[in-house]
Amino acid sequence: MGCIYGLVALGFVLIYKATELVNFAQGDLLMLGAFVCYMSVAWWGLPYWAGFLIAVVAIAAFGALLDALVLRRVIGQPQFAVVMLTIGLGAMFRTFASVTWGSEIYTLPTPFGGVWTVGGVTLSHQYLSIVAGTLILCGGLYAFFNHTRIGIAMQATSQNQLAAYYMGIPVKLIFSLVWAISAGVAAAAGILLAPVTLIDINMGLAVALKAFAAAVLGGFGSIPGAVIGGIVIGLIELYAGATLPEGFKDTAPYIVLLLMLIVRPQGLFGTLARKKV
Amino acid sequence: MAEPILKVSNIETYYGPIMAIRGVSFDVPKSSIVTILGANGAGKTTVLKTVSGVMDPQKGNVVFEGREIQRQDPDKVMRLGISHVPEGREVFPFLSVRENLAMGAYTRRDPDGVAQDLEAVFGYFPVLKERADQRAGSLSGGEQQMLAISRALMARPKVMLLDEPSLGLSPKLVRDIFEIVVRINRERGVTILLVEQNANMALQTADYGYVLEVGRIVMADTCQRLLEKEDIKEFYLGIKEQGARGKRRWKKRKTWR
Ligand SMILES: Nc1ncnc2c1ncn2[C@@H]1O[C@H](COP(=O)(O)OP(=O)(O)OP(=O)(O)O)[C@@H](O)[C@H]1O
Ligand SMILES: [Mg+2]
Repeated sequence: MGCIYGLVALGFVLIYKATELVNFAQGDLLMLGAFVCYMSVAWWGLPYWAGFLIAVVAIAAFGALLDALVLRRVIGQPQFAVVMLTIGLGAMFRTFASVTWGSEIYTLPTPFGGVWTVGGVTLSHQYLSIVAGTLILCGGLYAFFNHTRIGIAMQATSQNQLAAYYMGIPVKLIFSLVWAISAGVAAAAGILLAPVTLIDINMGLAVALKAFAAAVLGGFGSIPGAVIGGIVIGLIELYAGATLPEGFKDTAPYIVLLLMLIVRPQGLFGTLARKKV
Repeated sequence: MAEPILKVSNIETYYGPIMAIRGVSFDVPKSSIVTILGANGAGKTTVLKTVSGVMDPQKGNVVFEGREIQRQDPDKVMRLGISHVPEGREVFPFLSVRENLAMGAYTRRDPDGVAQDLEAVFGYFPVLKERADQRAGSLSGGEQQMLAISRALMARPKVMLLDEPSLGLSPKLVRDIFEIVVRINRERGVTILLVEQNANMALQTADYGYVLEVGRIVMADTCQRLLEKEDIKEFYLGIKEQGARGKRRWKKRKTWR
């Protein structure tokens, strides 16, 4: 669970860092990803991996389109207007999903049915697939951001947009790419999550809220912070569920977040460093 | 004389309803150094931003190599060969010095040329080579200025726009940086449009100078002659001798116009 929060939180942070928008439709992109994958596998009879790929690519393209057609126009509007817009978009996606796929609950067939037993501990392949998927995605993104020209240009753009323009970096294209990446990551998270929570139109809501908490916990704006924040939230949830009375499972992460914000408002990995003049 | 490489005619630029530039015209001949002097708020930065396309003029035009470039996106203008070194350096604080320089060459597709220019830049500013893997945000102000100039140079520009490179630097460092600017101009043939408050330094460096006051050009002459003018001595050079640095605000008693 923690890994999923981490992945979705990563999507939040990517978009926020680059464009200073908070995309509250992140959870619904996750839901769309799961549905597209389900549709490919269950309706069209494609193999799981093909469905995975189609869903990630389709949602990534959708994210880029969303930026180009909708969000680019609201840059510079007050924050709350943009926040409302993304919340509204999320609601639209859910309506769209319920019209297209219905409001039943679906099960995504996966190749991860088995279990491994290592030293008396049983690990289901399903959970392992989530962990492995997270590791691969994070590793891939890390390499992309640090070792490719366009990845470094993305970092540059998020650090100083005006200077990026001066360098001839196509800032608008970069924004669309950031949206594509974060939508694609959300879709991947949705597909990995699907076997655990099953697919329905509201599957993204609770996840997105906790992922948002994870992003804040990690210090909004820090990518490793987002992933670690996600894992921490997931662990808290797990222990609270196992040791505390009924009901604490869902509130414990927020209690921790609250404490955290009081003690260390910048988050685990947040920096208060400012640019030198 | 041949057609200037950059010709600005009658531009008017607004911040919302505020008219910051009120019909400014000037020429920048190829391979020269031209300076625009002016006090705080005179509109120097706005002029440069209008040239590089960050701001759009309501009237007038900017002609670069015979082509009108006003109202184009800054990345397009930059690709044509105009690099802007912004006021306050604006380096990418969390990228290394080397990565900052690589971003300067973002639009280029000739790795060999880029590698050559990187060596050239390290030749001008050896301290950047020592700090190549350090985060740009951890450099001193002077080093950041060197980085900003170098980063612009990495695009192999035809024209470089320099916005107050002396800002917040010690007199010694200012001299060093201006010396390099002259070398860049002479050795690489880069045309330079320099905006400054440090009139003394700028007039000694540049060939031709304009004086900007509240959005208008009030004087234009060769730097040699400008250095002799009483008004310039009094209002722009006098202040230098008092050693005021940083906040350079003084009462303007205009004797010209
Ligand atoms: N973002 C802005 N919004 C509104 N007015 C602005 C803005 N930026 C600058 N101005 C106004 O435009 C005028 C010119 O500003 P500009 O920054 O070009 O001056 P400058 O000559 O570069 O000054 P400095 O030496 O302080 O850098 C000033 O009167 C300033 O108040
Ligand atoms: Mg200025």
